[in-house]
Amino acid sequence: MRTETKHTAAVYALALSALLLLATACRQDMHDQAKYEPLEASSFYANGMASRPLIANTVPRGFLREDTVLFTGLDAAGSPAAIYPQASLAERIPGAGEMSEKELWGLLLKRGETRYGMFCTPCHDPVGTGRGMIVQRGFKSPPSLHEERLRESPPGYFVNVMTEGFGQMSSYAPLVSPEDRWAIAAYIQALQLSQHVRLAELPAELVHSFGEAQNEAPADAAEHGSEGHGEEVSHGADQSGEI
Amino acid sequence: MAQIFSRGANAFARSSLVIGLLLPAGLFLTALKLDRSPLQTDQGVVLAQPVPFSHDHHTAVLGIHCGYCHTSVEKSAFAGLPPTETCMNCHKQIWKDSPTLEPVRASFRNNEPIQWNRVHDLPDYVYFNHSIHIAKGVGCETCHGPVNEMPLMYQAKSLQMQWCLDCHRAPEKFVRPKDEVYNMDWEWGSDVDPLEEGKKLVEAYDIRPQDTCSTCHR
Repeated sequence: MRTETKHTAAVYALALSALLLLATACRQDMHDQAKYEPLEASSFYANGMASRPLIANTVPRGFLREDTVLFTGLDAAGSPAAIYPQASLAERIPGAGEMSEKELWGLLLKRGETRYGMFCTPCHDPVGTGRGMIVQRGFKSPPSLHEERLRESPPGYFVNVMTEGFGQMSSYAPLVSPEDRWAIAAYIQALQLSQHVRLAELPAELVHSFGEAQNEAPADAAEHGSEGHGEEVSHGADQSGEI
Repeated sequence: MAQIFSRGANAFARSSLVIGLLLPAGLFLTALKLDRSPLQTDQGVVLAQPVPFSHDHHTAVLGIHCGYCHTSVEKSAFAGLPPTETCMNCHKQIWKDSPTLEPVRASFRNNEPIQWNRVHDLPDYVYFNHSIHIAKGVGCETCHGPVNEMPLMYQAKSLQMQWCLDCHRAPEKFVRPKDEVYNMDWEWGSDVDPLEEGKKLVEAYDIRPQDTCSTCHR
């Protein structure tokens, strides 16, 4: 009687462990279901892509681009917009709807800073002088964002260049959303200001700390003076040299 | 009456008792181990790709941001794989005659997609969403490992459910400041207690990861 129970238990244990071993090797059907994940391959279509491109001139729901300024950076007359489409931006940036104007600008600049870091620095470098890593590797050097023509360009100009591309720069519209393109434009303008503001126009606090910095490094200050920028505070060349 | 069993049968009976216990246990443990091994999870396995793209070179050496190529990581479930046009932003001028990059140029010329082999492939019954993890301060590196040190891409973690739950049940051990999610070299400073800081972030970011079935399975 006793041996019989032992015997059956052993048989069960063996059978169970054999089943478990089988279970490790099997791949359930639910693992790969009859549905397509984004960009999954498909044997159904000639080019092998399950994700289908949009047919020309179709407008997906919610993607009607009526706000030309927002999407292209150009105003009704077709020239670069000088005014930010603030209402549209507030509407499209998550959480910006309830913000004050000042907070919105803060958010826009902050967002612009990270997006500029992602998409622009490879060529334009962190300061905007156009000596990024890809340029160092042989890509055609873009103009410095601090040259006079670009300093005087309205924000819509930068948005338009990002949207349509310019010279060797491809269109960045597929990579960067319209609100982010405006955020980058805002950040570019902040960058330009950071390199070309007149000392007298700075808040008193900053003027004071600038004076202190100059006293600490007289040799450095003398160099700046000889570059012929007059009163302008211009560290652009120095900073990019360190990158 | 003659004996039915020889003397040797005693040893056989005793050893069969031992084997009968040890063998199933051994098989069971082997099965468990195999189920969690790279054989089953593909952890650490480098897949052959049409172009030997180096994350190491593009991110660590050139400093290109994860988001330059994986553009939808902040706003959708799928992090996004760059279209060939993104490669050509630079490669229309750089390495433009390289034979290695011919599949990229061919793809661009013929408007045919490059057929990459997917490295991180979750089962279809898992509904993972990148955007929420990025928004709550889970770094790329936490799940994908040191991608910036991978000349060829591989899956650094097991991606098994147990591994997901490790974090869902104790997010304070893995969360980081939101500003640092893309930073591959980030870690808490030596002057702070990582667990305490993690708990603060869980509070501040209102992180409430569920471990119910329907959180990930639908």
